[in-house]
Amino acid sequence: MNQENHPHEDPPPQVPEVDRSLLHELVAYLRDNRTELREEWVARITQAQLLGVMTPEEIFSEVTAVYDNYVDALETGSIETLQAYARDLSERIIPRGVETHEVVGIVLLLRDVLARALFVEYQRDADLLNRILDAYEPAANRIAVTVSVSFVEERERVIREQQEAIRELSTPVLQVRERLLILPIIGVLDSPRARQLTEQLLGGIQANRAKVVVIDITGVATIDLTVANHLVQTVEAARLMGASAIITGLSSKIAQTLVDLGVDLSMMRTVGDLQGGLEEAERLIGYRPAVKGSRPDAAAT
Amino acid sequence: MSVAILRQGDYLIASIQVDLSDSQVLELRDDLSDRIGRFRARGLIIDVAALDVIDSFVARSLGSIAITARLRGAETVITGIEPDVAIAMVQFDLDLAPLRTALDLDEALSLLDRLTQGAGEDGA
Repeated sequence: MNQENHPHEDPPPQVPEVDRSLLHELVAYLRDNRTELREEWVARITQAQLLGVMTPEEIFSEVTAVYDNYVDALETGSIETLQAYARDLSERIIPRGVETHEVVGIVLLLRDVLARALFVEYQRDADLLNRILDAYEPAANRIAVTVSVSFVEERERVIREQQEAIRELSTPVLQVRERLLILPIIGVLDSPRARQLTEQLLGGIQANRAKVVVIDITGVATIDLTVANHLVQTVEAARLMGASAIITGLSSKIAQTLVDLGVDLSMMRTVGDLQGGLEEAERLIGYRPAVKGSRPDAAAT
Repeated sequence: MSVAILRQGDYLIASIQVDLSDSQVLELRDDLSDRIGRFRARGLIIDVAALDVIDSFVARSLGSIAITARLRGAETVITGIEPDVAIAMVQFDLDLAPLRTALDLDEALSLLDRLTQGAGEDGA
């Protein structure tokens, strides 16, 4: 979400000058009416059709835990326990598809339910009600922010992990036979991925003592100038390490793009499809690839 | 001299073990050129596996060593370029085409065998 807003916008560390006794009274009231308020809250959640992916029993047990943590946080002014619990809860519900708006909605609902209860309880004494709300509102807002931020942070952490996983999966370096590697590239080839591809390829060359690498880009739809130049550099870097790179599966669209962009392709060895590329690679390996302009007659030996 | 230069048959093997200053690089170039003539070497292998960094001056100098060596009658193969070094080198915007490369010493030796054999045949 609005990532840059969150980290530095921490609310004041302590509940400001409010009557500790009032807060105390407030907490006592919320504890006494725990059962009804909790049920009211669950009813509101169901009514708003939030948390559709969870069963009523699950909702009830989570709601109970959140309620108790919430009241504790109100009482002590310390949000660490609640924060940890929110993280933990997020970790459990994110894989099930609970959305940010649901979490925020639920916390705000609890805030509303409790505020409403306070109105009802203290409505005879407007002055007292005001002071009670003065004590309640900042704390409640702080809690709402904490829970929402915890959820979003947890979600971002999950997303980061998944991105990492996808990135690692996305460029496998496969050894086909002794000293021959292939790199099938599928999907969008952007700069970070191209960079990662270079690293994996060069690492693979070193680890497998590869002589030839076939980079197959059949599954790549488009390519831009930066990536094209990066590809050229990758081929050159592979050569510096003593391996020849063969690019296969250039679509006609990419081929035209490369020509239009004026990429220097003189160093690139390209073959139409993967099959042709592997044949070429085997020929090179049988007959030493590092020599440029190899002569076919020597392949027979 | 910070670079050990070994003789192996018709070939010279220079193994660079530490980062060289610019003047040491030039010294190496002259020394190699001199020895190629003295030993009538037909091939030169420069092993850079111990280097974590190759700056643009060293990269360019490797190229000029290769060209000088060829003029003196020896083919040059660079070996042992690390992945990170390779990535850095291609970003210098130098023409690295004169540099022949091989993965390791074994490869370099067999590449030289082929290169010098080919030259002999062509000459014949």
